[in-house]
Order: sequence, then C-alpha cells, then structure tokens
Amino acid sequence: MNKHISPRLNRRAFVIGTAAVGAGLAIGLDLPLGGPAVVRAADGSPEIGAWVVVRPDDTVVIRIARSEMGQGSLTGLAQLVAEELECDWTKVTTEYPTPGQSVARKRVWGDFSTGGSRGIRSSQDYVRKGGATARVMLIQAAADAWKVPASECRAENSVITHTPSGRTTTYGKVAEAAAKLTPPADVKLKDPKDWKLIGKGVNRLDTADKTTGAMVYGIDVKLPGMLNAAIKDCPVFGGKLKSFDEAKIADMKGVKKVVKVGDTAVAVVADTWWHAKTALESLPIVWDEGDNAKVSSESIAKWLAEGLDNSQPAYVGNKNGDAKAAIAGAAKKVEAVYSYPYQNHATMEPMNATALYTADGCEVWCGTQNGEAAFAAVLEASGLPAEKCDVHKVMLGGGFGRRGQTDYVRQAVMIAKQMPGTPIKLLWSREEDMAHGRYHPITQCKMTGAFDANNNLIALHYRLSGQSILFSLRPEALQNGMDPAAFQGVAQSGEAAFGYSVPNLLVEHAMRNPHVPPGFWRGVNVNHNAIYMECFMDELAHAAGQDPLEFRRKLMGNHPKHLAVLNAVAEKIGWTSPAPQGVYRGIAQVMGYGSYVAGAAEISVTDGIKIKVHRIVASTDPGYVVNPAQVERQVAGSFVYGLSALFYGGCTVKDGKIEQTNFDTYNSMRINEMPKVETVMVPSGGFWGGVGEPTIGVAAPAVLNAYFAATGKRIRQVPLRDQNITFA
Amino acid sequence: MANLTINGKTFTLDVEPDTPLLWAIRENAGLTGTKYGCGIAQCGACTVHLDGVAMRSCGISVGEAEGKKITTIEGLASGNTLHRVQEAWIAQDVPQCGYCQSGMIMAVAALLNEKPKPTDADIDEAITNICRCGTFQQVREAIHTIASA
Ligand code: FES
Ligand code: FES
Repeated sequence: MNKHISPRLNRRAFVIGTAAVGAGLAIGLDLPLGGPAVVRAADGSPEIGAWVVVRPDDTVVIRIARSEMGQGSLTGLAQLVAEELECDWTKVTTEYPTPGQSVARKRVWGDFSTGGSRGIRSSQDYVRKGGATARVMLIQAAADAWKVPASECRAENSVITHTPSGRTTTYGKVAEAAAKLTPPADVKLKDPKDWKLIGKGVNRLDTADKTTGAMVYGIDVKLPGMLNAAIKDCPVFGGKLKSFDEAKIADMKGVKKVVKVGDTAVAVVADTWWHAKTALESLPIVWDEGDNAKVSSESIAKWLAEGLDNSQPAYVGNKNGDAKAAIAGAAKKVEAVYSYPYQNHATMEPMNATALYTADGCEVWCGTQNGEAAFAAVLEASGLPAEKCDVHKVMLGGGFGRRGQTDYVRQAVMIAKQMPGTPIKLLWSREEDMAHGRYHPITQCKMTGAFDANNNLIALHYRLSGQSILFSLRPEALQNGMDPAAFQGVAQSGEAAFGYSVPNLLVEHAMRNPHVPPGFWRGVNVNHNAIYMECFMDELAHAAGQDPLEFRRKLMGNHPKHLAVLNAVAEKIGWTSPAPQGVYRGIAQVMGYGSYVAGAAEISVTDGIKIKVHRIVASTDPGYVVNPAQVERQVAGSFVYGLSALFYGGCTVKDGKIEQTNFDTYNSMRINEMPKVETVMVPSGGFWGGVGEPTIGVAAPAVLNAYFAATGKRIRQVPLRDQNITFA
Repeated sequence: MANLTINGKTFTLDVEPDTPLLWAIRENAGLTGTKYGCGIAQCGACTVHLDGVAMRSCGISVGEAEGKKITTIEGLASGNTLHRVQEAWIAQDVPQCGYCQSGMIMAVAALLNEKPKPTDADIDEAITNICRCGTFQQVREAIHTIASA
C-alpha cells in the first residue's frame, strides 16, 4: 500500500493562459513498504531518477532545470538526456521542476542559473548521466521480468530487446518496476563517436505554441482575481521616493491602490494594466534624486579617461615580459583610445512577474534566467521560509542576461505583500525597462603597440578603464579587489584566453564604477574587449604594412584553436581572393565562454557614412555541437544583437538618468539591414564550450575593420548613430 | 463599452474608446497572443490584421477599430488547420524566444496576401518588425519557402 505525500504546500488551483506550463510537477512520493521510495510526477507517472519520467504510453518527460529564453537549450539538454536514455525522440516532452521542489529535494537538479552560455556546457555531464541511469534501470527492470541477465538486453528507441531470444518490451511497460530499483552507483557515458542524437539539428521542442499565440510568457499569466500593477522607480539610480499624491488619481478608472515599493519606487494597482499605467502617468511623484543627479555621460567619460593614465592605479590581468620598457625603447609605436557605451538588454518582453502572497505562502510566476535566484528573492521579499514559497518559471521573451537579475521579482512580491490574497501582475512599461536596465558596463581602452625595426610586434599594452560588473553584482567574486572577468578575451588562460603571443604584454584594468548599475549583457566583457583588441590588431597590421590576417597568424602559432577558427572564416569568405568591386572585408577572432569564434564581414560604404553589410561569415569551435541548427541561429542572432548595439545602441546619462526611453531612441536592426550569416562549425572535440554569447564579440570588429578597409577611417567609438553613420 | 469583431466573434467590452486596441485585445478580450513590445508603433510585436491589413494595434484606438474585422494570431488558423505561415514557421524552426513572432507572422501573412511571391526587396520593405533574438535569416528563408510552394 502506498502512501501519497505531497512534500510541498498545497497547490492552489490556477489557470495560466491556455497552455499547461509553469504548473510545476506537483510531485508526490510513494513510500512502499520496504524498498526505495517511488517519486511520481503530477499525472502519477513514475520518475526513473530525477531527470526522467516515463508514462505508460512511452512518453518520456525530461526535466530541464535551466531556462529556455530562445537560445534552444531546452531542446539541446533534452537531446543530451535522450541520447543516453535511448528513447524515442518523437515522444519526448519536457518540464521545469520548480526551485522550491529542488530545494526540498536537496538540489537534485543542480544549478538553475542560465547565463554565461552555461546551459549546456555546465550541465552536460550530469544530465547525460541522468539519461544513462534511467536507461540502465529500465533495462534492468525488463531483464528482471524476463529473468535474464541485463547484459543480454539492449535498448533503442524506447524498446528493450533481449538479444538472444528477440523478446521485446517498451519503456512505458517497465517504468513502474524500474522506478522501484536502486539507481546504479555509476554509469558509463557513450563515446562521442557513438552519438546519434547529439550533433543532429533536430527541430526545437517549443516551437508550435510560439506560432499560434498559445505560448505563455510572464506577461500572459492570468490568475483568478488578478490585478495589474505599473511601476515607476526613481529615474536617478540611487535616488529615493520622497512622496506621491495618491488622491489625484484615486478616482481614475480601474485604480485599486497606490503602493510604495521599497524606498525607491511607487506602483499603481488597477483592474487592467492599461488603467494602472495611465493612472501612474498622472500620479504626482516627488523624488529625492540625491547626488547622482549630477552625473552625466560627459562626467563619466572624463573620469574613465583619467583611468587610462598610467599613473593611476590598475589591476594587472595578464602580463609577460616588460611591456612598458619595450614600448619605451621601440623603433615604432602605435597608440589608440577606444570606448564602448552602456547598452540595454531590451528584451522583446519587458520585465514582469506575477506574485500571490497569502497567509499560507508566496508564489511567483515569471520568466527568469535563474529560478533559484528568483526563489531567493521571493524568500527575502516575502520574509517567508522556503517551504512556503515557490517560483513557477514560464517562457522568457528574451533574456540576454537581464533576467538573471531579480529586481522585478522582488518588486512584484513587495506589491503583492501589501494586498494579501490578490494575485498581482507587475509589468514594466518599455520606458521603465529602458530606464532601469542592468546595463552593459561602460569602458574605455588605451592600447599601445610597439614594433622592432623589422615590423615585428614586440610589445602590447592594453589599458582598460571603467566599470566592473562583479564589483556591483558579485563582490564576493573579486580577487583582492580585482575583477577577473574584466579580462574576458584578453586573459592569460582559461575559458576566455587571449589568442596572441606577444613577447612583452601588459593587460590591466583601472576600475571605475559609476552609479549606473551594470549587468551581464550577452557576451558580457568579451564585447568591448574583442572590439578593442581586434580593431587595434587591425591598426597594428596596417602600421606594420601587413595583411590583417597574415599579421594575426604570425602571432597565433601557440594558439592553434584560435587560429583554426580564424582560418576557417578566412577561407570561407575568400580572404586571399579579391572582394567584389566596391566591397571591403574585415576580420576578427576571440575566445569566450570556452569556445573559439571568428567572424568576417563584407561591406560597402556610400558617402563615407552609409554602410551596407553584404555578407557575414562566422566560425565557431565549441568543442562539441549538440544541435547545429540551433548553433547556427545563435551565431546569426549574436550578429543581430552585436550589430544593433554597434549601429543603434548606446545608453547615455543625463542628470543621473538614462536618456533613451524606447525603441525610437534605442533602435534595433530590422530584416533589411541584416545579411545572411554563413556559419562554419569546426568542433574539435574534447571540451564543451558555450554558444549563445561568444560570437557577439566578433560582430562589431569585423564590420569596423571592413569600414577602415573601405574608407581609411578608424571608428573608435560606439554607437555609429552618434557619428551619423547608418545602414545604407 | 465597445463592440469589437475579433477573429469572427463579437466582443462587447467594458473599455474606453481611446484605449489602444492592443490592450483591449490582451486584457479585455483576453487574447494574449498579441504582444506588447514598445507601445509606440515601433517594434511590431502587436501586429494584427484590420480588414486584412497588417496594423500595429498599440497605435490604434478601440474607437478606430470598431466596425472593422480584427484578426489576431489566435484567429489566423482556420479551425484546426494552421495558416501556411504558421506551418512554415514550425517546419523551419523560425522562432527563438518567440515573443516577437506573433507580430512577425501576422506581418508576413499580410505580405503574402498582397504579394504571393515577394522578392527580397519586398520583404525588406514590408517586414519592419524588431526581433531582438535575430531570427531574420529564418524569417526570410521561410517566406521564400512558402512563396515557392
Ligand atoms: S507594441 Fe505596438 S509596435 Fe511595439
Ligand atoms: S524570437 Fe525573440 S524577439 Fe524575435
């Protein structure tokens, strides 16, 4: 006799749009007399280990802890599990465990965080083991039933065959028995050469609902009796809310309540979000803006420029030889200063979260890149213990790093806490989203290169000045004050290692942290480091009178994987043969997130200010490619994101506030501006690199170097719109 | 109160005539497939058909939409048969996050109605939706596949 226990607070009935997503697993536990516990999914089907549920009809449900935000990891992770599970791919479906369930089960699903291009590479090992473990248990259950050794049985496509007798059964039929077995202590993973599903560009598992309007994003969550909230946070970061005149909007249609949210924000709660937003716009608010209101882009630029001076303190991130001495005694030197601005993630779906706070607990429905961080935010904002809270993840309308932060989750809970029993959906307007980003950090960089009399590069000094993300978001990760991530792409070693050998090298960072909050923006520090380094490499090549590709190659002898991707793009774009009349080429490479990437662009320029990008070639070596179709899309998407930032992006600061308010002032590329991206995959095996982010690093420098080839002019600032340069 | 004809059904909604059609569709009619991206007619996420013409519903008031035939992404399929744009989108795995895709699909469906065999230049002119994920390549390829079917 089994006793059915629900390990968590009673689930409340709720409706989320039309699709049954985010409903969690409502896991139950069977505790049979004698023998291990059988854990059951919401529909009663048994778990075969934490990662796999098998239904009687042979449907396989694969648990996904990381978040899907468009990058395709949900499908890739399922492929990894299914590869080892040997199940029928056409019967695979997925579900998200909730962070609350994970905590209750001692984090059986590991890390939920989905950033740093980590989705696949940081979980590939244990999710494949999860699939392999389930396969071993299912085969064992069949063997037990047949009273034959498991070694005589094999599994394929969810069918188990006893090889000597030819008898067969299916996963669905033996699942109950398999669930009662003790999982094997260790399982052997397949040799990559035997992979059948990994490496295949199978279609995504989450597409259909995205074409019919049925997919539920955070903005679409509906709960019975739900009200809607619009919010305004002090536009000057660090400022406070002084007062607001609630009476002025009390009579406006639909308004239910006006609430203070923390020390800095005010929200209007109404029947519809449109009413809430309209009333909020009429609400008289007085801010205490504080000293930060004196800060402007100009004052930040001036402060950062001071950091470029060698007399100012700086952290050394990479060094060999004596760059300063070699530069001082060099036959020739080249110097240039570059800068890169703040950027907003501008996810297509603005920030939002729905919270329900009651006497029993607090539940939140939202898109998040880190379910566990969102969960922690719910605990903190609600003041309730873990067993009374949970977070239900829904599809993200884009993440790009922004939804790894939990500010919007916290706000939703703070509002809901003031209206117990009423579900509150907080939605930011696009204007709020633009004003309260977690911006790509602002930096400047002075680079000095030195040559000997034979035009060999003998020294390079790379001096970065500007903001550290870790200083603001993860100070515990600083190393004696230094932000090691600031050197992504120019680091000595590791997953974002510098790809050139220069006899005298000095890479340093003068950290200067303005008040604008920084965040992890797709590609993070690889973005500006790759632009600075790769554009300057181009400058050095021209100063040495050498071809930019050949110049690089000479410095890359000790970096064969960096070189291999560079060679791959060079070959594909036809670097050594002339470009079409009036078309010019640029090239760039970088390493980030454990992967090697390179890009090349062909452009033409009219009147010196109108750029047409004709062709983009990109290569990537992520070690292993799980789903080439999705890798291709991530590579192309990285170019759209990176070139949008180059041409149209850039957030500026005035009176302590961000000036850009919407897509009219912070534009994004359209289809007419984007050529086809030809992706070359050169996976060399033996390591697992990320895919979602590294390529963005080469997007801008490939185009900027082509611009120089076309015009003889260097662009050392972003965005191009400020220099009146646009797409043709 | 306003009467709106959405996907062939008449909705009598308690909504002021100056409310943007987008919010009446999402909040009053409860059809959340149409998305909010900017509210200022820049991004195209809210694209619907008004009498067959692709329009950005955040820039149209309920008053202006009354008496017109409104089609949203939920009404694009005929019964259980998906529209050919939806089918192509699934077959070619066009969406990434998918948030912009309701608007993208509505814009493409309108284009194909008007020009069954659009050239690249036609696509460039007609499809001006923002996609932050950068699905443009797949969008273009899928349009050509449909047109050549
Ligand atoms: S929401 Fe209507 S165009 Fe952006
Ligand atoms: S698919 Fe994500 S914005 Fe277009």
